[in-house]
Amino acid sequence: MDELINDFLAETRDMLQALSGAIVAWETEPGDRARLDEIFRFVHTVKGNCGFFDLPRLQQLSHAAEDVLADVRSGRRIADAALVSAVLAVIDRIGELVHALETGEALGSEDDEQLIVALSGRAAAPALEAEPPGPASEIKKGMRSIRLSVDLLDRMMSGVSDAVLARNELARRLRDTQRDLAVEAAFERLSGCIGEIRDAITRTRMQRIDSLFTALPRMVRDLSAELGKQVRLQVDGGDVELDREMIEMIRDPLTHIIRNSIDHGIEPADQRAKAGKEPSGYLRVSARQAGNQILIEVVDDGRGIDGDALVRKALSAGIIAPDKAEKLSQQQKLGLVFAPGLSTAGEVTAISGRGVGMDVVRANIERIGGLVDIDSRRGEGVRLCIRVPLTLTIIPALTVSAGGQIFAIPRSAIEEILRAGRTTQLDRIGQSTVATVRGRRVPLVALADLLEVEALAADSDKKIVMLKPAGGDVYALAVDAVHDHEELVVKPAAPAVMAAGLYAGTTLADDGRPILLLDPSGMANQAGFRFGEQETESRLAATADAQKGADETALLLFRSLDGALRAVPVPVVERIEDVASETIRFSAGKLRVSVGGHLLPLAGCAAPPSEGKLRILRLTDGVTEIAYGFGDVVDIRSLALDLKPAPSPGEVAGVALIDEDQVELIDPYWLFAAYADSLADGGGETPPVCALPSGDPWMDHMLRPLIESLGYRVVAAGAGVAADILIASDDNEAEAGVSAAEVLRIRSRPELSGENDNSIYRYDRAALVDALSRGASKAGKTDA
Amino acid sequence: MPDLLLIIRLAGRRVALPASEVEGVVELDGITPTPRAAVHVAGLSALRSRVLTVIDGLAALELGRSPAEGLLEAIVVPSGGHTYALLVDSVEDVVETARPPVPIRAPVGPGWDRIAIGMVEAEDDLLLLVDPHLIIAGPAAQAA
Repeated sequence: MDELINDFLAETRDMLQALSGAIVAWETEPGDRARLDEIFRFVHTVKGNCGFFDLPRLQQLSHAAEDVLADVRSGRRIADAALVSAVLAVIDRIGELVHALETGEALGSEDDEQLIVALSGRAAAPALEAEPPGPASEIKKGMRSIRLSVDLLDRMMSGVSDAVLARNELARRLRDTQRDLAVEAAFERLSGCIGEIRDAITRTRMQRIDSLFTALPRMVRDLSAELGKQVRLQVDGGDVELDREMIEMIRDPLTHIIRNSIDHGIEPADQRAKAGKEPSGYLRVSARQAGNQILIEVVDDGRGIDGDALVRKALSAGIIAPDKAEKLSQQQKLGLVFAPGLSTAGEVTAISGRGVGMDVVRANIERIGGLVDIDSRRGEGVRLCIRVPLTLTIIPALTVSAGGQIFAIPRSAIEEILRAGRTTQLDRIGQSTVATVRGRRVPLVALADLLEVEALAADSDKKIVMLKPAGGDVYALAVDAVHDHEELVVKPAAPAVMAAGLYAGTTLADDGRPILLLDPSGMANQAGFRFGEQETESRLAATADAQKGADETALLLFRSLDGALRAVPVPVVERIEDVASETIRFSAGKLRVSVGGHLLPLAGCAAPPSEGKLRILRLTDGVTEIAYGFGDVVDIRSLALDLKPAPSPGEVAGVALIDEDQVELIDPYWLFAAYADSLADGGGETPPVCALPSGDPWMDHMLRPLIESLGYRVVAAGAGVAADILIASDDNEAEAGVSAAEVLRIRSRPELSGENDNSIYRYDRAALVDALSRGASKAGKTDA
Repeated sequence: MPDLLLIIRLAGRRVALPASEVEGVVELDGITPTPRAAVHVAGLSALRSRVLTVIDGLAALELGRSPAEGLLEAIVVPSGGHTYALLVDSVEDVVETARPPVPIRAPVGPGWDRIAIGMVEAEDDLLLLVDPHLIIAGPAAQAA
């Protein structure tokens, strides 16, 4: 959004510059139609663009000017000198506002109303400043910014990555030498600097995913028009940030997926009607951050993917053998979408369906360390989920060892880590081993066997890492030991090393030794797990799938602020965020936190933190959101829970045993019932009441939604009305007879009228929200 | 302009490499194995925070395997976007040659035929000129 605003401001500034000649010409010759048209187009464009942003002043001004100019164009009014100067004053004001917005300074503090009144020509125009204000003075200094090529940023990033590695190597060498405190201190300082530079450069490369999403509505519109389909597009999570380069890498795959959804997924309106669906298809593209990953989901409600048709296609294309095809699980059948040379479209269209695509999509996503998952029900639609790491070069990984050597596994593919023999049972079936984890059977392979090295740990001492590669089924990897979570700078490995089919890249450990990064899907292939190469595997995987669907819940394990281990179902978690303590307030009867322009009720903590940051879970029930303060994320686990319910309903639904730890399971239903802002009727507590003078369009249309969004019930001010807060404007004294705990006076002029003026300027949104929240919090307290 | 040649001893023979292809000579201390990688890959090593893929010259010629213990002498060769360390018996000298290499008209021995690109005169000797990139490509490359 910020970038859009910046674009808009820059564009407006450029137009103003180009227009300056026309303004001068029009001033000297008000009858000049061409000049008039030019100026009209300008205010019209500004008005149109303002509509997208929360820029009421610009919109009001340009709207007023447009009206007047339209009248002149149609001959209803004559462009006399007063009108011309009024229009020019408005244009100058637009210039000042744009400049103020660009530099981030306070908005020009003059009264727009006056200018607008002057435009109308009804009131005698108050003496307008005689001197042409001209472009805003040069004295104002803006927030300085320059354009940089992404190449340069990339070079900086790779330079810093090398610096991090060089620092690690130096650290290792220092450990080997005699201790020298002075050298160590200097090294610590250098080390800190490098860390800071890395953070700063990482931030410069971060971009809102909005830059990718903004193109979608147009693309969807064009595509659906071309194909004669109706598609409703919903885009969520545009404020999620990720590496610029990553955004570029996702652009093509995402475009392809959306094209596929519209072309193959969503049916024409008549077919949809037959299937009992709404005539227009629904496409939802959303992004959210989960730990070090970004999840991008594309969901449609089209015809879905026919797994069996895919299998038939794959058979005829010779991609799989008939005997293997019979044994595929549903997940594996859908995974065929990603097989090279397979297209689901019956016929090739201009949009997609040439059989190149989904394999390329997957290859591209995997190349950047990401994963693609597909899920579909016939007739109900497709859900495609892209998971990518936040940045390209630094991948969170788990280090494990086998045969005395350390390897890394990308964290993104790890489902959970288990100890052999505790919760898992291992059975040998023929040549292969099957692990049974809480009733779920998955094929198991020992890393040492894959690597053809000697395992150092006895079977019973091994650790088991549950891996879920892209488009594949879960399998278990037995390793000698699990060491640590590390953020690794990953570089591609040489082709002769990649030839093993087991590795995704190389990296350097802190001790300067190279480490190989294992490739989870490559290992599955090498183990022969793919497409049911082994008879036992696919059947077991199929049962595993069924069981998984039946009784397993994906849970986010975290530590609450009071240190308790708790879990919440993953689907209700919208995203995880850090918020500053200043954004948390006790207002309108409960703790609330303001994030990204939303005010969310805050659960999980009793009092606002005094300073620093609070980590929150943003929970959603699909309609409303609440925030839940917590300490740390512990893990994400998919589990079948044996829940011991709590004696009475409350924040905690019950307790379950996960790896011998007592974990309290949060009850989202109770949380939403207790915390969420009630939408229509009261959810237990009475909302605070706000009395608003009636008949003022600004109050009705602009202020009222803001007040309501803060949890107030709005009533019309009048005699006998009781309210918690009363809104009064400086030109409206009709509030007599209202009994209100507090009066909020709103002035339409930005500047204060005197020392005792405690009113708030009507467009000072922050101050308004603040005052209203305070009022509501008082009301909440008196109620309680 | 005279070309520079690097004279090394590889699998017991004195051979020459175009020095322009070689970034440097290093002693490697310890190699991280790369299980199941191509046979001529001895493993990975690190040089100034870069990962080197260590190529066993002996294995690349299909003449056996070099030892992977202790300090190992290697030449650093960038190739195809990756940096390789090529294990050699020893590095002898850098010499100038004024004459272009001449083609070989007879087989020079199993393994060697694949990597030899000519003969060069260096000082008073006639040496086999080998292409380090062909050594790196390994024995499998010929079949492909």
